[in-house]
Amino acid sequence: MCLFSFLVVIIFSFAFGTDLQVYNGMVPGILWVAFIFSGLLGLNRSFGTERDKGTLSGLLLCPVAPWEIFLAKMIGTLIFTTIMEIFTFLVFIILYNQNVLPFLVPLSLVIFLGTLGFSIVGTIFSAMSSATKARDVILSILVFPISVPVIIASVKATGLILEGRSIQTVYAWLKILVAFDMVFLLLAYLTFSHIMEE
Amino acid sequence: MMLLALYAIFFYAPVEKTMGLVQKIFYIHVPAAFIAFLAFFITFAASILYLVKKDNQWDLIALCSAEIGIIFCTIVLVTGPIWAKPVWNVWWTWDPRLTTTLILWFIYVAYLMLRGVVGENKKANFSAVFGIIGFVNVPLTFFAIRLWRTIHPVMITSRGINISGPMKDTLALTFSAFCLLFIFLLLTRMRLEKMKRATETVIAMFEERHHF
Repeated sequence: MCLFSFLVVIIFSFAFGTDLQVYNGMVPGILWVAFIFSGLLGLNRSFGTERDKGTLSGLLLCPVAPWEIFLAKMIGTLIFTTIMEIFTFLVFIILYNQNVLPFLVPLSLVIFLGTLGFSIVGTIFSAMSSATKARDVILSILVFPISVPVIIASVKATGLILEGRSIQTVYAWLKILVAFDMVFLLLAYLTFSHIMEE
Repeated sequence: MMLLALYAIFFYAPVEKTMGLVQKIFYIHVPAAFIAFLAFFITFAASILYLVKKDNQWDLIALCSAEIGIIFCTIVLVTGPIWAKPVWNVWWTWDPRLTTTLILWFIYVAYLMLRGVVGENKKANFSAVFGIIGFVNVPLTFFAIRLWRTIHPVMITSRGINISGPMKDTLALTFSAFCLLFIFLLLTRMRLEKMKRATETVIAMFEERHHF
């Protein structure tokens, strides 16, 4: 996962070469493409092996609600994705020569909210796609259209912060991220038991 | 009714002054967009009802409505650029409405693909959950894109179409024609799907007999 996202960051710097020094607006997009693509790789494995080896049936037999299984899975994904993001971010700072130290707190807030939204949606769909024949393809087809608001909001917020704008300008984007997270957490709560039904 | 609507579009409605003949596509574009949204809303409502009631009838409605919705959504996405090229001078602009419609199209194609790969016992549940999530996502996408666009300079998005009497009549006529077409398609598709499911049950029963 980490290695993959390093490669995404590096491929982009090959693809655009020195243009990036001139046009800085592309940089947040690159960061989030790396996050989302590598996050998807991790999500593929979130439910896959468990379904194959029968662990999932065992989990369902445990005296916990399906919603709690979802929450645990989602937090697991969130932690792994965050670790990947920290490493990717370090590589990103070095390769793209970004000065992030003064913006570390708002930036980590945006990245956290964005990753949370992505993990929620991703975990729901990972549970679905693991039961299908074409796992990898179907997961990306399901996740990408739904996570459009997260991607737009995260990329714009990251861009504004990196430009050194004040937190007020980012506020509207943060609202969208929080709304997305809440809505999909609620939907997961309402529907996850139906996904786990055999 | 469709013939009448076509007649109205080409002979009754006046030619628009600045946009010319190409404006006539508007009479197909707008009702199609309305029907697409209506169809997806029906999918959403039927999905909720399926999860609550667990009655296959609702799953059937959701599937058929989504399929027809995609057809109308495709019509919208094809007629839109044909009109936009001469009028806006671009095929495509990242306007909230355009982008949301495009994302909508992707979501419901994904819905059908999901149905294609999931096993029979989980199909209805999964697609119902996706039908709900997909529809709830639409307003969020719309707001995100609107905000995105207000920060960037917007190209031409104002649609100052003040329609005159005969134009309004034509639009009303095509609207009703499209609604009737939608109802007809939905009922036909549902009958077809019902027959398909019945045949599948019969075949399954037959094969079971053969094995023993």
